[in-house]
Amino acid sequence: MFEHQTIETGFAFPFVRRLILADFRSYAALDLPLSHKLIVVTGENGAGKTNLIEALSLFMPGRGLRRAELATCARSGGNGGFAVSIEIESAGERCQLGTGLQAQGDGRLARQYRIDRAPVGSARAFADHLRLLWLTPALDGLFAAAPGERRRFLDRLVLCVDADHGTRVAALERALRNRNRQLEDPHPDPRWLDATEREIAEIAIAVAAARVETVTRLRLLIEESRDSHSPFPWADLALRGELEQWVGVSPALEAEDRYRAMLRDNRRRDAAAGRTLIGPQNSDLLVRHGPKGTEAALSSTGEQKALLVGLVLAHARLVARMVERAPVLLLDEIAAHFDTARRNALFEDLAALPGQVWLTGAEATAFSGLVGRADMLEVTPGRVTHQGAG
Amino acid sequence: MTTPPAGPEIERLIHLLARLPGLGPRSARRAALHLIRKREELLGPLSDAMRQAHDRLVVCHVCGNMDTRDPCAICADPTRDQGLIVVVETIADLWALERAAALPARYHVLGGTLSALEGTGPKDLNLDALVDRVAQGGVREVVLAVNATVDGQTTAHYITDLLNSYGVKITRLAHGVPIGGELDYLDEGTLATALRSRTDF
Ligand SMILES: [Zn+2]
Repeated sequence: MFEHQTIETGFAFPFVRRLILADFRSYAALDLPLSHKLIVVTGENGAGKTNLIEALSLFMPGRGLRRAELATCARSGGNGGFAVSIEIESAGERCQLGTGLQAQGDGRLARQYRIDRAPVGSARAFADHLRLLWLTPALDGLFAAAPGERRRFLDRLVLCVDADHGTRVAALERALRNRNRQLEDPHPDPRWLDATEREIAEIAIAVAAARVETVTRLRLLIEESRDSHSPFPWADLALRGELEQWVGVSPALEAEDRYRAMLRDNRRRDAAAGRTLIGPQNSDLLVRHGPKGTEAALSSTGEQKALLVGLVLAHARLVARMVERAPVLLLDEIAAHFDTARRNALFEDLAALPGQVWLTGAEATAFSGLVGRADMLEVTPGRVTHQGAG
Repeated sequence: MTTPPAGPEIERLIHLLARLPGLGPRSARRAALHLIRKREELLGPLSDAMRQAHDRLVVCHVCGNMDTRDPCAICADPTRDQGLIVVVETIADLWALERAAALPARYHVLGGTLSALEGTGPKDLNLDALVDRVAQGGVREVVLAVNATVDGQTTAHYITDLLNSYGVKITRLAHGVPIGGELDYLDEGTLATALRSRTDF
């Protein structure tokens, strides 16, 4: 029972102490106290394990780890809204973060964000208290997927160290859509198009620079700490993209002018394509299997997963170093693809990480190596039970 | 269907009140009830004030502001600096800046921002009148107090280019105005600081 568990205290990093859900997916009401750095969530498929960590993922800007429409997160049979609230402890200080979808006076549903009950403008504000990073089965094929998937993954890595990156990427998307729309006109207003392209160039260079900075630092950290015998092979990272190449070598203003000239020259070609062909919206994160020196996509499924886990663990250490706020890691269905030896090695690595880690899996036995040093939660539809952890 | 608790005139009043920002059907009923109870002190004077505002409302031909006179009270105010024009997206932004009372300036209301996605182009904005004001001379500085959104900044680039040949200084609000933050939602202190410490655009 919870009261009899050892309670770990004094973490310097943000640590979720309590999770409260109301009308969120399978949960009508849940109030879950937590006491460990490692949280293991087991239960049958469809019982609602992923729902728990999805709720946490809503504290990062964006649509969470399922990338779901928010309205679909509300429990069917509820009033259409939902609420997620977490209590965080960091260096002895507690704070409460809340988000959800709430019916307004006129009946419309609106997204809410609160810190210690006071409303804040967006999920961006949570970054001062908490950063989250996740790995889900949907990312298993990441290295062989379309570049857009890797770009989205990369931007999430960047967002974890640079809280404004999400706003920037969304702004770039909008500015590009404005330009594409203007180019549909056979005689676009040249001054207006210039203004749009100037705005695109400013944001695009900022996006590229933030990516370059994160990847460069992550490469350095991997270089320092790589171990060719680790069960989680180190990743050799590179960025592919014109702007990402420029920002490394020329001042931002020069890169902006260069990109602006390129946009102007490519108007006809982009109009024919119906999109802007060159820019950070087409960049890619190239990953190679470090020890083997081969493209990551050529490795076996299990090896790719190990590579991805190694990459995420390295990034968690980078975030802890850069923002002095270790991210909470959410690892969905993490034990799949790993044998016992690799699983145990993973548990040791996770225990050594500075941040809290949530792990989900169908088989409780896969996590037997963690009994006694983790919150062991069992999920049945709509309910979560603490298992005796000794 | 249950019978409404009031006759059609009152139902219409509730219906109209419910269309005001921030009021839903329930708060509209509460407001209507309050007006009915305060018939002499509130309902009568309010309906007179609304009628007068409705009848006299005009768009200022100089700046695009709405007032009951043309030129508007701000443009007609002789104590304001004639050489300083603060360009805003909407009248709501003008009111927000006036509340902050940071500059004794005059304004220019664009009536929106350039947005290809929403179909708002240069011809839909109050831009010709701005060029006319600057071309007439006497304007020293144009402050682009547009929002830090993609569309706001694109509009700022456009105006900078548009006024380029007139030799007028163009500035923007200092940083500290959050990205995507709409002026209307900022507190007076933040607005005043942003206006006083503006930078070259
Ligand atoms: Zn006026």
